[in-house]
Amino acid sequence: MDIKLLDAAPSNDERAAVDAVLGAPTSAWDGGARGTGDDSHVAFGGRAMREQRHRLVPALQALQARVGWISEGGLSYVCERLHVPPAEAWGVATFYALLATSPRPRRVVHVCDDVGCRSKGAKAVLSAMVGVSPAIAHEPSGDHVHLDADRAGWMHSPCLGLCDQAPAALVTEAGAVPTERLLGHVTPESARALLDGAAPGDDATAVTLLPQRGDPSLVLLKRVGVVDPTSLSAYRAAGGYEALTKAIAMGPEAVIREVTASKLVGRGGAAFPTGRKWEAVRTQRATPHYLVCNADESEPGTFKDRVLLTGDPFAIVESMTIAAYATGCTKGFVYLRAEYPLAATRLQHAIDAARTAGLLGADILGGGFSFDIEIRRGAGAYICGEETALFESIEGKRGEPRSKPPFPVEVGVFGKPTVVNNVETLANVLPIVLHGGDAFAKTGTAGSTGTRLFCLSGAVAKPGVYELPFGASLRSLLAAAGASPRLRAVLLGGAAGTFLRADEIDLPLSLEGARAANTTLGSGVVMAFDDEEDLVDIVLRVAAFFRDESCGQCVPCRVGTVRQEEALHRLARGKSRGGASTEIALLEEVGVAMRDASICGLGQTAYAAVESAVKRLGLFGGGAA
Amino acid sequence: MTTLVRIERPVRAPKAQVALTIDGQSVTADEGTTILAACRSLGIEIPTLCFLETLRPVNVCRLCVVEVEGARVLAPSCSRAIEAGMVVRTKSPRVVLARRLVLEFLASSVDLSTTPGMAELLAEYGCQPERFGPPAPQALAGERDAAIAGHHAPPDPAFAATVAQPVKVDNDLYVRDYAKCVLCYKCVEACGPDHQNTFAIAVAGRGFNARISTELAVPLPDSACVYCGNCIAVCPTGALMASAEFEMRAAGTWDESAQTTTDTICPYCGVGCTLSLHVQDNTIVKATSPLENGITLGNLCIKGRFGWQFVQGPRRGASGGDGRG
Repeated sequence: MDIKLLDAAPSNDERAAVDAVLGAPTSAWDGGARGTGDDSHVAFGGRAMREQRHRLVPALQALQARVGWISEGGLSYVCERLHVPPAEAWGVATFYALLATSPRPRRVVHVCDDVGCRSKGAKAVLSAMVGVSPAIAHEPSGDHVHLDADRAGWMHSPCLGLCDQAPAALVTEAGAVPTERLLGHVTPESARALLDGAAPGDDATAVTLLPQRGDPSLVLLKRVGVVDPTSLSAYRAAGGYEALTKAIAMGPEAVIREVTASKLVGRGGAAFPTGRKWEAVRTQRATPHYLVCNADESEPGTFKDRVLLTGDPFAIVESMTIAAYATGCTKGFVYLRAEYPLAATRLQHAIDAARTAGLLGADILGGGFSFDIEIRRGAGAYICGEETALFESIEGKRGEPRSKPPFPVEVGVFGKPTVVNNVETLANVLPIVLHGGDAFAKTGTAGSTGTRLFCLSGAVAKPGVYELPFGASLRSLLAAAGASPRLRAVLLGGAAGTFLRADEIDLPLSLEGARAANTTLGSGVVMAFDDEEDLVDIVLRVAAFFRDESCGQCVPCRVGTVRQEEALHRLARGKSRGGASTEIALLEEVGVAMRDASICGLGQTAYAAVESAVKRLGLFGGGAA
Repeated sequence: MTTLVRIERPVRAPKAQVALTIDGQSVTADEGTTILAACRSLGIEIPTLCFLETLRPVNVCRLCVVEVEGARVLAPSCSRAIEAGMVVRTKSPRVVLARRLVLEFLASSVDLSTTPGMAELLAEYGCQPERFGPPAPQALAGERDAAIAGHHAPPDPAFAATVAQPVKVDNDLYVRDYAKCVLCYKCVEACGPDHQNTFAIAVAGRGFNARISTELAVPLPDSACVYCGNCIAVCPTGALMASAEFEMRAAGTWDESAQTTTDTICPYCGVGCTLSLHVQDNTIVKATSPLENGITLGNLCIKGRFGWQFVQGPRRGASGGDGRG
């Protein structure tokens, strides 16, 4: 490809940051010095170069981490190195919220103002920041970008996955040694101190606050907070890698048989049978097969995968290895949301330790199969949790979902058969292999087997991740977490889930129970709101979230999420056009069109919570069922 | 002695036939046929905006959605392949509602005044885009290009957000009026992998701020653009328009009903592209190439598309010369 580059050169820092990811350039064809070799007589490029496209996002992230934004010179150098047309790279860079394409301060405090943090002090934190330092982006204060790189800036952020320690903030600081910290229980004072340059302190996820810690009934969480997550020997001493050893003795078909017998279904929200997915990939003739662990947990209110990744990272590495063995995958990706820096560190440590011990790489445990794992960090895009948008992102493109069919088991990442499983789904593989699928299926209900992780937050005394067998009642879970006696509503399943009234919490937490109650368990979010909560404000935040996170590809979602938010604001401010009932009817039509005609799950569920707020909670004068 | 050997063409196995039902009619078509093509073979009209025969379907406008029995959501007919036993409904209440809302979403946020056939379509589906509120004032030049992903200002309940913005006029040959852009991706495909392989433009930004852009939104002369105008040829809304047409429309002299089209062969090189000259008042006002032309697929280069002014240049013939002035 003959590409026209930008007329700008990178700084030495930018060049070094990109070279650290891509390696030094090998010739003048990919950004090296001219006239140093024989490269004036040959052309390098073509397919080999195009196949490097998947390194675009990591290269852009390197620029972001080094200088705090992607400058014209930096972008141009990345394009030259990877032979990506600058317009395409620009399209990718401007897609992700955590990649800045205009100058940004080196330190940015991303303050979560999403549904979980809003009522837990986030608003006070934000008010404390207004005036101290200008906001970046189009924020309610109306301020715009400021250019003093040395003066910290701040931004609003969607859910950071730290709802159990709300309010949360993510501090990013660019430099030779970049800093990323996820902080909990942020106060107006600590936030101001961060803007004044105070050290951010330890990551809030370093110690996992597990309400049920040590409970003998725990299956997925049994090692979390008990076994050192940074020690392979501690993991092995606690029974780690017994499942992989057993799986290799069983053979791939038997592993899939057990997973199928367990009736395990995906825990990311769609609840697709895992065994069927694995079997479909295993029998695909196209090679290679890829395994993707979806750790882009970004559903507002969800933090269960973060707990598994920081608290028991070796378990995810081991279960991915078993999944790869069963489905014939030689390469695995963990697509990890950007907002979990410590999870990235711990998981990378686990991968490296496993590789050193011969548990990843060639001929694992002498079983004659090879497998390795690479972590890809997200860059601030909820939509990349959608499996096909995730593939696009890994491939170095904008995270725009693909049309299905074809499904990932046939055409996945890099166009190859791909198993994509959620973190929690994979964690279930270990007990299934160790104790058998039938034993696994004895827990839970007939239609929903095993245990499920729930993310409790909001008006509860003991927030955190809870593990319960499927079928337990929502009421008992809320009681265990110490829900407010003045409970008014529960958001079940996340922003893509539904609100329930306080008198609707007797439903059993199973797939069929949720379906019968016309709701969804989604990603396991259980967010409680008491009578002090401004639920209208919460619903407006949900609507803003979907508008912000829509990829913009298809019309129903791109415009529908805007029209939905506008109508809700009119209702909230008593400025409805033609009366509240007309507006509610309008919302319904907009919502149904988004649900029916959008490409992916984002648009298809963007109306779910709003609909339940109107119809179940009776907000805006809607009829409570 | 030389013997001529006849080279037989490999005989392709006939494609498997797939039987399905569309709006109650049974139909059989080749495997791999799209629902849209099968519908058109039956004479069933389905509106499209982002679909074009010469481009890979991106199925983003969702105007062509149809109901497939048993499916949870509607399917884009332009890209979904037919399957045996499929039962398709193209005018069910769900389909009609989705299409009406898609049209209202577009009409309330985008200037569709130069989209051929749009007024009829809006009327056919009974669209009332004004129910979302009066259109918001247009953005400042460059404002949408600077939008930051994942952030937006709180909505003003008095207005419906739009993509209205000033026209980008940065070269002599064509203008980019993104207030008319429905983000159908056709120009990106034509500029990039489907036709031209220039990659001067891409979709940038996210959500409602997604937009077609050069790198850093630089003016076209600073971009990789080669002014082939193949993006203009595929643009369904007139957002991309040759300057000659844009200026005539601004002056109120553009009159398609008074135009005739004459096909000829481009005089510039040996490829011999078919050129359609659009003539109004005995003056060439536009050059295109037919989409269905097997050589060009509607594409031209800068010379064929824009290099016709010499025909009617003021000096030609005036001095009895040879046209070189």
